[in-house]
Amino acid sequence: MPRRNDIKKILIIGSGPIVIGQACEFDYSGTQACKALREDGYEVVLVNSNPATIMTDPDMAERTYVEPITPEVVAKILEKERPDAILPTLGGQTGLNTAVKLADQGVLERLGVEMLGANREVIHKAEDRELFRSAMERIGLRVPKSVIVRSLDQALASVQEVGFPVVVRPSFTLGGTGGGIAYNREELEAICSRGLELSMIHEVMLEESVIGWKEFELEVMRDKKDNVVIICGIENIDPMGVHTGDSITVAPIQTLSDREYQMLRDASIAIMREIGVETGGSNVQFAVNPRNGDMVVIEMNPRVSRSSALASKATGFPIAKIAAKLAVGYTLDEIPNDITRETMASFEPTIDYCVVKIPRWTFEKFQEAQDLLTTSMKSVGETMAIGRTFREALQKGLRSLEIGRFGLGFDGRNPWEKAGVTPDMDAVLKRLREPNSQRIFYIPLAMEMGMGIDEIYGITGIDPWFLHQIAMILQEGKNLARETYDTLTAEGGRHLRHYKTEGFSDVQIAHTTGIHLPEIQRERDHMAIRPVYKLVDTCAAEFEAYTPYYYSTYELEDEARPSDKKKVMILGGGPNRIGQGIEFDYCCVHASFALREEGVESIMVNSNPETVSTDYDTSDKLYFEPLTFEDVMHIVNTERPTGVIVQFGGQTPLNLAVPLARAGVPILGTSPENIDKAEDRKSFQQMLKKLELVQPENGTARSLEEALMVAKEIGYPVVVRPSYVLGGRAMRIVYDEDGIRSFMEEAVQVSEGHPVLIDKFLQDAIEIDVDAISDGELTVIGGIMEHIEEAGIHSGDSACVLPAKSLGQRLLREIREATCAMARELNVIGLMNVQYAVKDGRLYVLEVNPRASRTVPFVSKVTGVPLAKLATKVMLGRRLSELGFTSEKTLNYVAVKEAVFPFKRFPGVDIVLGPEMKSTGEVMGIDRTFGMAYAKSQLAAGVNLPLSGRVFLSIRPGDKAAILPVAKSLEEMGFELVATDGTAGYLNAHGVKSGEVMKISQGRPNIVDLIKNNEIAMVINTPSGKKTHSDSYYLRRTALEYELPYFTTVAGALAAVEAIDALKKEELRVAALQDYYA
Amino acid sequence: MKAIIAFEDGRTFEGESFTGPGEVAGEMVFNTGMTGYQEILTDPSYKGQMVTMTYPLIGNYGINTEDDESLRIHVSAFVVREYEDFYSNWRACRSLADYLRSQGILGIHKVDTRAITRHIRLAGAMKAVISTQDLSADSLIKKAKESPGLVGRDLVREVTVERPYGWGKGPEPLNIASLPAKTERPRVAVLDCGLKFNQLRLLTQKGCECVVFPCFASADEMLSCNPDGIFLSNGPGDPAALTGIVKNVRSLIGKLPIFGICLGNQILGQAVGGRTYKLKFGHRGANQPVKDLQTGRIEITSQNHGFAVDADSLPADAEVTHINLNDGTVEGFRLKSEPVFCVQYHPENAPGPHDSEYLFDRFIGLMADTRR
Repeated sequence: MPRRNDIKKILIIGSGPIVIGQACEFDYSGTQACKALREDGYEVVLVNSNPATIMTDPDMAERTYVEPITPEVVAKILEKERPDAILPTLGGQTGLNTAVKLADQGVLERLGVEMLGANREVIHKAEDRELFRSAMERIGLRVPKSVIVRSLDQALASVQEVGFPVVVRPSFTLGGTGGGIAYNREELEAICSRGLELSMIHEVMLEESVIGWKEFELEVMRDKKDNVVIICGIENIDPMGVHTGDSITVAPIQTLSDREYQMLRDASIAIMREIGVETGGSNVQFAVNPRNGDMVVIEMNPRVSRSSALASKATGFPIAKIAAKLAVGYTLDEIPNDITRETMASFEPTIDYCVVKIPRWTFEKFQEAQDLLTTSMKSVGETMAIGRTFREALQKGLRSLEIGRFGLGFDGRNPWEKAGVTPDMDAVLKRLREPNSQRIFYIPLAMEMGMGIDEIYGITGIDPWFLHQIAMILQEGKNLARETYDTLTAEGGRHLRHYKTEGFSDVQIAHTTGIHLPEIQRERDHMAIRPVYKLVDTCAAEFEAYTPYYYSTYELEDEARPSDKKKVMILGGGPNRIGQGIEFDYCCVHASFALREEGVESIMVNSNPETVSTDYDTSDKLYFEPLTFEDVMHIVNTERPTGVIVQFGGQTPLNLAVPLARAGVPILGTSPENIDKAEDRKSFQQMLKKLELVQPENGTARSLEEALMVAKEIGYPVVVRPSYVLGGRAMRIVYDEDGIRSFMEEAVQVSEGHPVLIDKFLQDAIEIDVDAISDGELTVIGGIMEHIEEAGIHSGDSACVLPAKSLGQRLLREIREATCAMARELNVIGLMNVQYAVKDGRLYVLEVNPRASRTVPFVSKVTGVPLAKLATKVMLGRRLSELGFTSEKTLNYVAVKEAVFPFKRFPGVDIVLGPEMKSTGEVMGIDRTFGMAYAKSQLAAGVNLPLSGRVFLSIRPGDKAAILPVAKSLEEMGFELVATDGTAGYLNAHGVKSGEVMKISQGRPNIVDLIKNNEIAMVINTPSGKKTHSDSYYLRRTALEYELPYFTTVAGALAAVEAIDALKKEELRVAALQDYYA
Repeated sequence: MKAIIAFEDGRTFEGESFTGPGEVAGEMVFNTGMTGYQEILTDPSYKGQMVTMTYPLIGNYGINTEDDESLRIHVSAFVVREYEDFYSNWRACRSLADYLRSQGILGIHKVDTRAITRHIRLAGAMKAVISTQDLSADSLIKKAKESPGLVGRDLVREVTVERPYGWGKGPEPLNIASLPAKTERPRVAVLDCGLKFNQLRLLTQKGCECVVFPCFASADEMLSCNPDGIFLSNGPGDPAALTGIVKNVRSLIGKLPIFGICLGNQILGQAVGGRTYKLKFGHRGANQPVKDLQTGRIEITSQNHGFAVDADSLPADAEVTHINLNDGTVEGFRLKSEPVFCVQYHPENAPGPHDSEYLFDRFIGLMADTRR
């Protein structure tokens, strides 16, 4: 049956900001859906609050709404656009939940909007625990024993029905937020109350624990004729008990025989039919008892998911694209398989390689958080590696993680090697028993200490098959340690080739044998020991494949087919982490699009399966490979690109710029020397001096003594940070010598071999972010953004507004001139980002980065100028004048970018912002006024600003004067104010009426009691500079957990007041980007 | 132990034996299933063939006592990218190498199996020799050329049984003379051309009584057990060589419902006057999409065949019911005038998806109609 002709206009809901549990995989799926629907002539309306997505590019949909994804706002979009249908299954849990709410509220029915793929009943049946369980019982499948409870009392009363340990799962949350495993009543109380709070329907399930069972996932697709296919089976290495997003996983399934696999397949198909997902992709999770094969169904997601993005990249089968086609009426046998062209989508991919996915955690960003993995997801990204053996894929995956590792051990970088003490058996056992981000590295250590596979299996529940594979890597590594230069290179390098086949990197080989790295590289070159490239083709070579999607392995036949065309290689950013996320992938994708427009072959290299950049049809060629020097050089040697772009993928490719250039690889755009010049303090200083620009007083230090001296000279407070890191990793504002001491201990680990930078901290300065583009002659400003929060808070964590709102013409002119001068001086070809601070009317240059910045997508989205594309073309030698971009855009609207934080995932972590970046994602609010734009940004970030009620203030002495206007405005708008004694005293003395509330340490009822009793509508708390006091920490944490709007800076509070004022005065209206640009 | 794989067209690959020394010739084919190696090894249809698995890691879940599809291994050699000696599964009781060795079957690994697969795809399935003893490429290529191959060969005779048997929990001895004339259960006369046990398991599970005959049993012999239907199994080799069986089956058409699988499909094709031909490299795997032309539904099927029925050669009474969505070849047909139908793929799966088990129910339905 062909496409449906009764629908013309379809709304796609995106997933909003990048948060833990919902990352760029939904940009990938949404972008695929937009393309798939538009190529069939449908009109697509898109809503997503995340400006860093490809899907919100104005040419991806007819109408693009960068608006908050709430039922109320989406209802306004529906009213305005009147689409025929809504496709809710591609925007993650956010998209699904929003659509369900609109259906429940009757909005869809009233407006005659049809839900495609899965309707309201289906979604409820899949998501509601009780409905799901009875559905499973109807088809003879078992789910773990469970009870649903809606209060803590109920939980405590009914827990014996299930028994301890018990898994606590809140209904309707993201990525299992707030879930956990309770081993006793006390833990049950703690986990359960949090779970109830986080559940959208105030409900949690207590579930029989199947901890230690094997965990499997199947990706299923169904069309309207009830044809069902399985795209991919995935086996979790970490057994039940660790969230699947935090598990190392493998595709295909390794340890099930066909009979057992078919049992899961049959069950998945039966579930798909019983739940009633009409069309599209779903994901089903199973637990299997490793002792007898008993199987239980864990859950089913009636939508595309993180796992389906992984399955798409692992197999080459584009699940989201096909799901979109199925939603509008096609059947699987009508949709061609892009890769083979001659066959159709109605088949089950078969793969002839092994895929390993490894999560990327950022516990180092949240020092108070425990590195402990549970049923609540904590990883912020993931990497995928493909090899012909599990061991090869695992080692590749570990060196793709961007955690400074080059494989499974043997690189001298195990945590205990760094510390210089090998942990004792008890410490190792602890690292094995409690799942954590480093567990994989402790397994070989345990083996070396004499533990057997059975014993480790007993402790970890990791299947012996995987443990044996790890033991093999360990054995090979030990063999390697006995090799010498002569034995490695004898017989044409037979041994050397063997270790490469086993997945060992040159760094591992060099470290373990003591042979110099360049020597190993030279010997390999000499003896032609290099990888071949094989295709990901959905069919294990049964059919000819036309899409050049490659991975490397050490084998016989090379399927790479380098062309003679002009070609450019783009190095991506690797796994998402805090500080380097979707923004950089966005730039890489734009580079690829620009290359296509210029008729240049594009070659993408990346290891992140969630992204649009690793979609096989984004670039002409895709190499799914780790972004290390060795792996990149192999591709360079195969493809011989005309140029390589390193300035878009964030710090990962940038770190490769100099080594690549030294190896003779042509780097496009700004030269690595000039990139270095901007990073190098000394040459940077000289440049500023020459241009008569000023920077805060500063110095560099390589030792503690030096650091103490420099700080003393400059005068406290100072900002300290290691050089060559992104996202403010380990950056800190330091007020005294003790601060310097504790910082230096850590900094040495973070940035080996690079000096530490020390700057004068400009208190209460306004921070400015500028993105510009230069072709070597002309420099054009993309946007001048003003941060809402004052300098000292990481730019990635600060809200910012475009255009800048409080700078006068003189300062703006100074900023433009300084930016252009520095671009000229650094001979920038491509993008450049400058951070300035303004204090007392004076402009300071904080930092210059001649590369794509995190704000490029935001500026592009606001102005409608595709900066990354233009930059790519400039790097190819085009002039900005030719490209028609010669002057900064003036805007008659305002956009605010706001950061989104993962604090809720990390119990015990303070929410105070500082120079170290902590946000995972961003949203954008756009409107005609600052107040409304800021209000939208807050709403999009999940902050519901109150229009009435009681506001609590606790202000540090230095901020009291500044907070007065905030308090006055709030009072005028009818809010009741309460404050701690000091603050209340100050406010009352200055004519603002404020009640007094006790701090926690002062007795009860105190502020926390008020919050818990829902008597507070908003919290404004500016913490005193140095250490966070336990009182105010507990206050902030409670506000966070009770989802209260809270502001920890005066500037943030001022903006909030302006936003509340806007919301009180006018109705929130929606408009498409296309309208703003017009 | 070093091993050489030599194809008759002169291409050679180097690998290692994981089962010890040996030398063997056969037709080299590839299978794209990611699981099911035990079932594949014991599938009699592979008689005379060496199988390359496209999935690189084989042996992971060991060998168990339940998944054999016949009494012995039939592939003549097994080629994988990496043999996994360490296995993990609650049903496993021995390693794959141990199993192969116990029956003297050569297992080869550390070979670029994707390169072999691509070679077969581009050049077609062809004769090859694997040896750990003779490591001279020229000599092996010559041996490959001289090996008998499949075309025109009656391999069915080599895999069938000698005397009839029944099925309980496994094959059971049976005295046809002492069978009751009729029972509650439909009785199926099964022609064992190299059948897979799962066909008997499924028929039995669905309430049938199976009486299995050697491939050389005459029509009268088969009818002597008072069957309600005739089942034609899969089997190895070139269907065109099976003139005796074809003639026999022709005489059964019109007497009882007949259901044929794989080779059974090709036998029926010839019995109604059609022709078979050799595919370039065949269909072997567990992901082959087949469309049921009557319902429009798609089944993901388990397949293992190198020959196919030529649709154009079929008489007007034969209606093609199933086609392969990858290449459009005939995957099943039925007779309009008689309760006779067959499929080219393996609805009994093992290994592979269970999408097509409905065909057994259809057969049982036809038998019920005839009984009535």
